[in-house]
Amino acid sequence: MKLKKIAAACGLAIAAVTGAQAQVSGDVIKIGLITDMSSVYADIDGQGGVEAIKMAVADMGGAVAGKKIEVVFADHQNKADIAAAKAREWFDTQGLDMLIGGTNSGTALAMAKVAAEKKKPFLVVGAATSALTNDQCTPYTVHWAYDTVALSKGTGNAVVKAGGKSWYFLTADYAFGAALQNDTSKVVTAAGGTIVGSVKHPLNASDFSSFLLQAQSSKAQILGMANAGGDTINTIKAANEFGVTKTMKLAGLLIFINDIHSLGLKTTQGMYLTDSWYWNRDPEARAWSRKFFDKMKRMPSSIQAGDYSATLQYLNAVKATGSDDGDKVLAQMRKTKINDVFAKGGYIREDGRMVHDMYLMQVKSPDKSTEPWDYYNVAETIKGEAAWTTKADTKCALWK
Amino acid sequence: MEIFGIPLQAFLGQLLLGLVNGSFYALLSLGLAVIFGLLGIVNFAHGALYMMGAYVAWIGLEHFGMSYWLALVVSPIVVGALGLVIERTLLKQLYKIDPIYGLLLTFGLSLIAEGILRDQFGVSGQQYAVPELLQGATNLGFMILPNYRAWVVFASLVVCFGTWFLIERTRLGSYLRAGTENPALVQAFGVNVPLMVMLTYAAGAGLAAIAGVLAAPVIQITPLMGSNLIIVVFAVVVIGGMGSILGSILTGLMLGIIEGLTKVFYPEASNIVVFVIMAIVLIIRPAGLFGKEK
Repeated sequence: MKLKKIAAACGLAIAAVTGAQAQVSGDVIKIGLITDMSSVYADIDGQGGVEAIKMAVADMGGAVAGKKIEVVFADHQNKADIAAAKAREWFDTQGLDMLIGGTNSGTALAMAKVAAEKKKPFLVVGAATSALTNDQCTPYTVHWAYDTVALSKGTGNAVVKAGGKSWYFLTADYAFGAALQNDTSKVVTAAGGTIVGSVKHPLNASDFSSFLLQAQSSKAQILGMANAGGDTINTIKAANEFGVTKTMKLAGLLIFINDIHSLGLKTTQGMYLTDSWYWNRDPEARAWSRKFFDKMKRMPSSIQAGDYSATLQYLNAVKATGSDDGDKVLAQMRKTKINDVFAKGGYIREDGRMVHDMYLMQVKSPDKSTEPWDYYNVAETIKGEAAWTTKADTKCALWK
Repeated sequence: MEIFGIPLQAFLGQLLLGLVNGSFYALLSLGLAVIFGLLGIVNFAHGALYMMGAYVAWIGLEHFGMSYWLALVVSPIVVGALGLVIERTLLKQLYKIDPIYGLLLTFGLSLIAEGILRDQFGVSGQQYAVPELLQGATNLGFMILPNYRAWVVFASLVVCFGTWFLIERTRLGSYLRAGTENPALVQAFGVNVPLMVMLTYAAGAGLAAIAGVLAAPVIQITPLMGSNLIIVVFAVVVIGGMGSILGSILTGLMLGIIEGLTKVFYPEASNIVVFVIMAIVLIIRPAGLFGKEK
């Protein structure tokens, strides 16, 4: 037994040294998704994210460079330690070639460290924190869909421009909320607005009335909701119930189409939000989304479209290089323009940011919506160069 | 006038909001206390029963046009009937063995219930409109109180004290209490103890369902709404004293208020303050504030 182990270890060592020749390890291309499968963020990614990844695999014919593609997924339960442990297990024992990071910034930051240590591509789609490509950037992290900087630039600027000068933040008390509040504060003050105050609430808080009353007594014009998913939904509900919406305007800093679907247009009409993609944006997106709808019975969120795009581009790079070696594939991805249903003319920057256009949307009024899930007007397209962290602001050593 | 640097008006507003949340805690912990007191079962499925109460109301409205008021009656009956089935088929087998099995079983049941509803309806949740009669808000001078929240406090206080009266002050209640002390002897007097136990579990489930219907218009109805709340409610029961009915009601209201005030003074601690209190109570009075040492 012991001998066997030593032999296996030697084998591994040799494989590592001669990795350049072993083109595709383990005779299979293995893609993993670790995300929230069961809790607050499960609708915006979750099973739908798995389905989107499988759609990309199917579009490649289920195989690339003559090797079968396999998709695995796991639930991190919004716990960073579970996410990191699962990633480590997959890299060490399952021969995982590429990891897709789902929702929840805390888990993404933890997994980024593991992927960098294992020198494997880590394509983050669902998580929002801009730290992934800033002070915590690695050569192996690629941040695909959106981040807190882009969200705050989009919505923050639009709201200040519309006259919302004084802000009060309601912030989810973890990495994501802090990043979103911080990034939005910078945008608001740069645009000539002021920050009056903020209050932190625990993730999955059941009652927001107390926090809302505090926000209201601040006399700020704008309530910046630096939270997501069920927390945002319950905030908006309670704000309507307690009449907070009469004295303050709500600015949702991270709102997905599933949230709008759940709240209904009557409650949300006129609201501005920033997103990386919208299913009803153009004919190509519509066609892809209808395919997704047939499987999931709901329209894809931007994250699910991002899952598809990230998988597709990774597999294209594997095809082009004929290898699943992390460094080679990433080098190929960095020199290829990204044109698919998700992004047009996108490219991966030195800090790992996938640069593409973002969209400022306004929620339609109920009478303007022509079909289920027809919820947005695209108010403004924010060009890729203007949307993300700038070189002047970055602390990422890879982009200096 | 200010209290700890907070204007009196804001302070009163927060007290009232705490009371609203406390009403939910009281209603839920009451059901748990009744079930534990009479059956000795630590009912971890209570959160799921609460969630199902809300879903019955929502499904009733969406598919059968059932009004809120009807839901307040129908939902506890439906969920109570489910409780009956659970007691007869599963819990019954566990009375003679370690309570930990009851806890594990009910926890498993709640995971199954959550999983099924998540699969059916997703986690983003459903809306339930506030009934017409209770729409709008009343200006109390120091805050705007939505009428529906006032109704929640009123309704849950009525249900809580009604239950307390039934158990502590009526003949049926005295049978129930006697049945938990010495089932064999009570049975010898001609009282059908197994039937009583079965109905008690059903009633406890029904109480959870009432809380679910009351909560439906206030928060998003999601499969997870129960598990978000149940841990806090357990802490309430432990602080009040396992099995103490009046204790769980008063503790529920009190902790709602304390939690509400924490949200003002130190919001980051608002989701742990209940557990800190629980730890302190367990050190000083292991039987809970209102519990009797055995």
